[in-house]
Amino acid sequence: MSIRAMSSAATTSPSVDKVDGFSRKSVRKAKQKRSQSSSQFRSQGKPIELTPLPLLKDVPAPEQPELFLKKLQQCCTVFDFMDTLSDLKMKEYKRSTLNELVDYVTVSRGYLTEQAYPEVVKMVSHNIFRTLPPSDSNEFDPEEDEPTLEASWPHLQLVYEFFIRFLESQEFQPSIAKKYIDQKFVLQLLELFDSEDPRERDYLKTVLHRIYGKFLGLRAFIRKQINNIFLRFVYETEHFNGVAELLEILGSIINGFALPLKAEHKQFLVKVLIPLHTVRSLSLFHAQLAYCIVQFLEKDPTLTEPVIRGLLKFWPKTCSQKEVMFLGELEEILDVIEPTQFVKIQEPLFKQISRCVSSPHFQVAERALYYWNNEYIMSLIEENSSVILPIMFASLYRISKEHWNPAIVALVYNVLKAFMEMNSTLFDELTATYKSDRQREKKKEKEREELWKKLEDLELKRGLRSDGIIPT
Amino acid sequence: CCCCNEVGCKPGADGDDSLYPIAVLIDELRNEDVQLRLNSIKKLSTIALALGVERTRTELLPFLTDTIYDEDEVLLALAEQLGNFTMLVGGPEYVHCLLPPLESLATVEETVVRDKAVESLRKISQEHSPVDLEVHFEPLVKRLASGDWFTSRTSACGLFSVCYPRVSSTVKAEIRQHFRTLCSDDTPMVRRAAASKLGEFAKVLELDYVKSDIISLFTALASDEQDSVRLLAVEACVSIATLLPQEDLESLVMPTLRQAAEDKSWRVRYMVADKFSETFVSLQISLCFNCIHSVLTIWLSDLCLLCPVSEQELVSDTNQHVKSALASVIMGLSTILGKDNTIEHLLPLFLAQLKDECPEVRLNIISNLDCVNEVIGIRQLSQSLLPAIVELAEDAKWRVRLAIIEYMPLLAGQLGVEFFDEKLNTLCMAWLIDHVYAIREAATCNLMKLVEKFGAEWAQNTIVPKVLGMANDPNYLHRMTTLFCINALSEACGQDITTKQMLPVVLKMSNDQVANVRFNVAKSLQKIGPVLDSNALQTEVKPVLEKLATDTDMDVKYFAQEAISDANVEQRLVQQAAFIFPADQTCCSLAGSQDRSEQRNTVVSITACNLMNSRIACTNPSQTVSFPNFFQPDLHAPVHSLFSAATQIEFDQTNE
Repeated sequence: MSIRAMSSAATTSPSVDKVDGFSRKSVRKAKQKRSQSSSQFRSQGKPIELTPLPLLKDVPAPEQPELFLKKLQQCCTVFDFMDTLSDLKMKEYKRSTLNELVDYVTVSRGYLTEQAYPEVVKMVSHNIFRTLPPSDSNEFDPEEDEPTLEASWPHLQLVYEFFIRFLESQEFQPSIAKKYIDQKFVLQLLELFDSEDPRERDYLKTVLHRIYGKFLGLRAFIRKQINNIFLRFVYETEHFNGVAELLEILGSIINGFALPLKAEHKQFLVKVLIPLHTVRSLSLFHAQLAYCIVQFLEKDPTLTEPVIRGLLKFWPKTCSQKEVMFLGELEEILDVIEPTQFVKIQEPLFKQISRCVSSPHFQVAERALYYWNNEYIMSLIEENSSVILPIMFASLYRISKEHWNPAIVALVYNVLKAFMEMNSTLFDELTATYKSDRQREKKKEKEREELWKKLEDLELKRGLRSDGIIPT
Repeated sequence: CCCCNEVGCKPGADGDDSLYPIAVLIDELRNEDVQLRLNSIKKLSTIALALGVERTRTELLPFLTDTIYDEDEVLLALAEQLGNFTMLVGGPEYVHCLLPPLESLATVEETVVRDKAVESLRKISQEHSPVDLEVHFEPLVKRLASGDWFTSRTSACGLFSVCYPRVSSTVKAEIRQHFRTLCSDDTPMVRRAAASKLGEFAKVLELDYVKSDIISLFTALASDEQDSVRLLAVEACVSIATLLPQEDLESLVMPTLRQAAEDKSWRVRYMVADKFSETFVSLQISLCFNCIHSVLTIWLSDLCLLCPVSEQELVSDTNQHVKSALASVIMGLSTILGKDNTIEHLLPLFLAQLKDECPEVRLNIISNLDCVNEVIGIRQLSQSLLPAIVELAEDAKWRVRLAIIEYMPLLAGQLGVEFFDEKLNTLCMAWLIDHVYAIREAATCNLMKLVEKFGAEWAQNTIVPKVLGMANDPNYLHRMTTLFCINALSEACGQDITTKQMLPVVLKMSNDQVANVRFNVAKSLQKIGPVLDSNALQTEVKPVLEKLATDTDMDVKYFAQEAISDANVEQRLVQQAAFIFPADQTCCSLAGSQDRSEQRNTVVSITACNLMNSRIACTNPSQTVSFPNFFQPDLHAPVHSLFSAATQIEFDQTNE
């Protein structure tokens, strides 16, 4: 008799079915609730009461600005959305008021009195500025984990919507607004880019872009603070959710840089954008980053050398996935490179490419070998084949015999064929000397080993003597 | 080899140029392969040794300073090496030669490299004479402090405190000025670095300057626009508070601390909470007491809000960490505040938390009960504690149930046997029939710990009858639980109870219709064998095992045979022991002892010895010494002598 049958046959006492270890009774929800979080922490306590106001359209036009201000003040009240049951009526009231305000700033004329500016900024600040809540998971991996969504989004979204309409409104006057939308405001805005909620970051992107466009006096400050965020991200925390969004804004900012580029901008490229490549989560913002880099090079081709040298310095050692990204970015750069710049960096560059081509990871090798399908790159290689061929030859020759992946071997044959057609004399020469070159390398290697052995003997002797074991 | 001879005859002389041309060595440091370059850098001391002190100073170091552009990995190794280079450049007299390369390394972007360079600079600063410190080291610090890029200024922050105590008062004034400047630096990175070194710097300053300089810097940093700076300032508070006389604390430190405790950023509040007990020790209690209640209330709301609200599985580490820090701080406060204050101010908070809807918060409070117990005694809490425990004991999440089971022995110890019997005993028994195996297992283990606490007699009266009663349960899982309990309890209950009460039940269960129960009988007999007397073993256990060894189920057969052979091996080993060490009387008497448990110890140790002997035989004699130490803590004194005998014999053999 099987155990299963036994135990069900034995089901007599009421407590027994609770104990049946074979049925999976543990209560478990089929799907975990989507995680939500909010940092509107302190609003618990007494229920909130707001006195309902009439609709703006129901009052005569002269009274509207006054009512508009009152509504803005009411909307400064922040509700606790983690408690889904509290203040339901008032939450709904605020939502409809915000909706009304959004419509109002979009269509109305003459509402933006000078008194309205501080009230708008105050309402926006009260709602959006907050210390972001701690992440739910210790190591939040944006590629794997679901983002924690902002619980108060039903209100927050409308506030953002309202603020963007306000900034875009024809009546909006930056000269008045700059008193309220100042450095401190921008700083807090930038900190919000760390929000885990992608919807919020998307709105923030538009807001920051509008502010950058309309407030000339804040531009340098915004760039500097973004710098600081990136440097902290690269060198201190490796954690900031809004890097891609900030880079996207920077892409359009770089596009608008005047020529010749200021030293500040060049420094930003070399000291901030290039080191961003070292971050573990590169894949999340690589497209935007590569776009920024290429924008710079299109502006000023003389930056090619420092950029490529920078990439070579930070070339991934162990992460093949990142290596493929680097190769992709490099191809984008090579697409726009000037031949005079190419000559300057071809040696270190092709030494790296030669290493990639012989990578045991076939995706890396394949990505590098695809360069030979790019007509412009091919033309550059052809012009400089006397330099590039000797660098590449040994790797290519070896892979053609040794690589485990037949697709790679096939690609390498094509490349070798292309080289042979390009410069057959040099090709033959390199083929002829391949063996002796390898032997020379081996000999050198042996000499190195001997040198180190001698050095170590020496150290041992000295070490012993200084320890007093061998009397001097 | 000529090189060895050379060195042999000219001890103390510098390396020979013809043998180790700098070019060859430098080629190694320049090798195209990063890995080889890294290897060479890691053996930089070897190269320096080959060059001798003078050429290291005049050729190697300038080369390193000039060609500092390399991969961060290589730079990191270099920064580390240079910290240990003093003797290789000719001792403390020449140590300042190491400053130029380290200065460049202290300005690179990569944080780990920079930090390592600063660490090495701090190390070699101690090897500078006071004069060299002023002539060479301090100017370097100044250069770094006024560097263009933030990296050098960040590095400078870590160097002030190491040179301050040993320079003249004029230079001291300059250093203080530089530090002040960096505390209000334009970039938050530098301000963070300065804030994190504030405490360390305060410690080396004269008291007057602590009051005049440090306090204002502390106040400024603690109200920085970035919370990442503010929280580091809070961290410095602990060291600053210890430096000040009590009477100044209220006016100089408390306002800032209070403000930080109510900061709008939870990160800052968390840091205050985390450092609270530490700070408290150094602050006068009465001073802080005014603010404590309001602050705790804020934290309590944090505590609840930091918990995940949804029905998630176990919370992630960060949150758990944050919460337990807060909970343990609150619980830890009771020791600082004393009995009356705890009852008046903290008790209501504990009670509130015991009713928290988040089970983790309740658990955290319960798990830190011992702190409160020391101060006010657990009786004060017991009335509120009980509902909380009962509720946790029946929580829908088995991990929560598991956690509360693990605190049972602790609770039982503190509440005492009476309270336990009255209120908690039923819970402990109910867990034995939980539908999750992990809970049943933990419950079994819990019973064992309880018996260890309350003794065999208590066991006999309260739990053993209940456990044995389950042997007749219709559910085979319950019947198996009886066996698991017996396995766990036999040793703690002792020979008498085991033989007279438990063994008959186990033997009877060998006729169970479920094979799982039967093979667990075999396992149990193997397990409790050592506790039984040899008579019972021979007359009762052996026949049953032999019967089970012919069972129709192959698993039952297998485990029965295992148990039989285990018993046989024991016996054989006991005989062997007498044979191997005939001279050792202790050992022989132990082996012949009638007490089974003592015999078993001998057997275990002999097995260990055999194991060791085989190891010793194939290893270097110089290593044998360390082996016995490995076993020592577990063994009785007689067994030690056995060990030394074993090793001694092996020693003699290898020496022959």
